[in-house]
Amino acid sequence: MIIEVDRVGRTFKVRGSVVHAVQDLSFSVEAGEFVGYLGPNGAGKSTTIKMLTGILAPTSGHVRVAGLDPSRRRTALARRIGVVFGQRTTLWWDLPLKDSFELIRLLYKVDRKMFRERLDELCSLLGMGDFLATPVRQLSLGQRMRGDITAALLHDPAVLVLDEPTIGLDVVSKAGVRDFLRRRSVEHGTTVLLTTHDLGDIERLCRRVMLIDHGRLAFDGTVGDLRAMVPGETSIEDVVAHLYLSSRESPRTRPHRPAQDPPSVTA
Amino acid sequence: MVSPVRTYALLAWTWTRAAAQYPLSFTLMTLGGFVLGGLDAAVIWVIFANTTTLGGFGLSEVMFLYGTAGLAFSVGDLMFSNLDRISQHIKAGTFDAMLVRPVSPFVQVATDRFVPHRIGRVLQGALVLGIGLSGVHVPLERAWMIPVMVLSGIVIFTAIWALGGAAQFLLTDAPEVANAFTYGGGTLVQYPLSVYGDNLVRGVTFVLPLAFVNWQPGLYVLDLEDPLDLPHWLRFLSPAAALALALVAGLAWRAGIRRYRSTGS
Ligand SMILES: Nc1ncnc2c1ncn2[C@@H]1O[C@H](COP(=O)(O)OP(=O)(O)OP(=O)(O)O)[C@@H](O)[C@H]1O
Ligand SMILES: [Mg+2]
Repeated sequence: MIIEVDRVGRTFKVRGSVVHAVQDLSFSVEAGEFVGYLGPNGAGKSTTIKMLTGILAPTSGHVRVAGLDPSRRRTALARRIGVVFGQRTTLWWDLPLKDSFELIRLLYKVDRKMFRERLDELCSLLGMGDFLATPVRQLSLGQRMRGDITAALLHDPAVLVLDEPTIGLDVVSKAGVRDFLRRRSVEHGTTVLLTTHDLGDIERLCRRVMLIDHGRLAFDGTVGDLRAMVPGETSIEDVVAHLYLSSRESPRTRPHRPAQDPPSVTA
Repeated sequence: MVSPVRTYALLAWTWTRAAAQYPLSFTLMTLGGFVLGGLDAAVIWVIFANTTTLGGFGLSEVMFLYGTAGLAFSVGDLMFSNLDRISQHIKAGTFDAMLVRPVSPFVQVATDRFVPHRIGRVLQGALVLGIGLSGVHVPLERAWMIPVMVLSGIVIFTAIWALGGAAQFLLTDAPEVANAFTYGGGTLVQYPLSVYGDNLVRGVTFVLPLAFVNWQPGLYVLDLEDPLDLPHWLRFLSPAAALALALVAGLAWRAGIRRYRSTGS
């Protein structure tokens, strides 16, 4: 298992009260899987991703990614994992895109020849040739996102974690990014975990979906299983909306049976 | 693992190249730092136009103390003062990005937007030190202390910046608190400590070890009596004081990172 999450909890103290961002969360991901991570706003998706990447330490439970405890072995893990935050860039704001990439090459000690090959491949797949010399702060959202995805892959990580990578992209850019992620997973065997509010991403990319709600795992299975959760609804939007809404009405209870007994994973 | 020194050089060089795209601005800022520093140092001449000693020290001795303090402070300022921007990085979310790279976040924060023009202040400190040294007699047996004290001073100031940075993990809104100690400390030790009250001198000797930047080792180099009559062995303690403070700062920094909680978005 390349990702193992075992009874993980994370709390935040906010002005005296305690927010349970993630509670008793357990799941594992096999190498090569492509997993979508769904959940309503504030469900705990980003918090989970920060724990997988070592940015946050869990307050309880254990996390292992690529055999490492992320918060303790952050720097070692950084070489094996690629991270994209759709909401903000991990590139250097004031540097031209190609300087950012060159810096990444040096920081990750990527061999010069491999770097050239990967960068050429990524550039042509993501259509980045036009703005390589532009400082990151002058890039449009979609251009920047392509830069961020490239940056996360230049060291050829075994695991790619993306928090809302398609946020704000136009249909063409979105299709490009999706196509790219799919090929990456198929051709390089990269394990991908992505969060999104765009169910098109899920339908087109993910064989497996996990749904988190109020910090707890509420569903884990295939897209087909997810549809079957709400009989009568045919579009995945409606199914997910139904699930989110019903949890809003009864936030104290765990929504739906699979929370207690998630269906076994079909990879 | 890329060594921190190499990482530092790499990142600082990248930002220097970025700054070099604006050579006029770079030249003006460097000159500006040098000239402002020169005005600051000129205060010494103004004082000595009216008197022959300051706190019991002659002109060249005061310039020696000013120069060593200025050199240590400005090198620290050039290389590590960006550590006081931690809270900005936390709020903007850029600190998250630093944590997912395979290099020390300490070095990343210190070098982020590294501005080479602060070198102007370093040159000014070195110049004043040179002028001061030309006016005092320092035999070779005691001159070895000069590089030792400057290095210790750099470490002491860096540690204070790191402590201030670590504090920002807890008090995201109080970067100015740390500045009081760094910039305040840098200004404080420019003049002979004998011009201040005894309690302050004891405080910066035994609590926040600023007296070890240049005062105690400076008394050794200049072969002078301590106006406060503190024991002579204190004069050799600068490296130990610097290391002890660096250790405290290192622990505080690690504790800060462990407590880091990112932002909600
Ligand atoms: N640094 C923090 N300090 C305090 N509370 C936090 C922090 N980070 C997250 N939270 C809280 O934890 C909960 C989960 O937040 P998280 O960002 O993980 O949600 P999310 O699923 O990513 O939501 P969204 O879809 O809106 O991005 C929220 O209630 C949020 O307010
Ligand atoms: Mg989020």
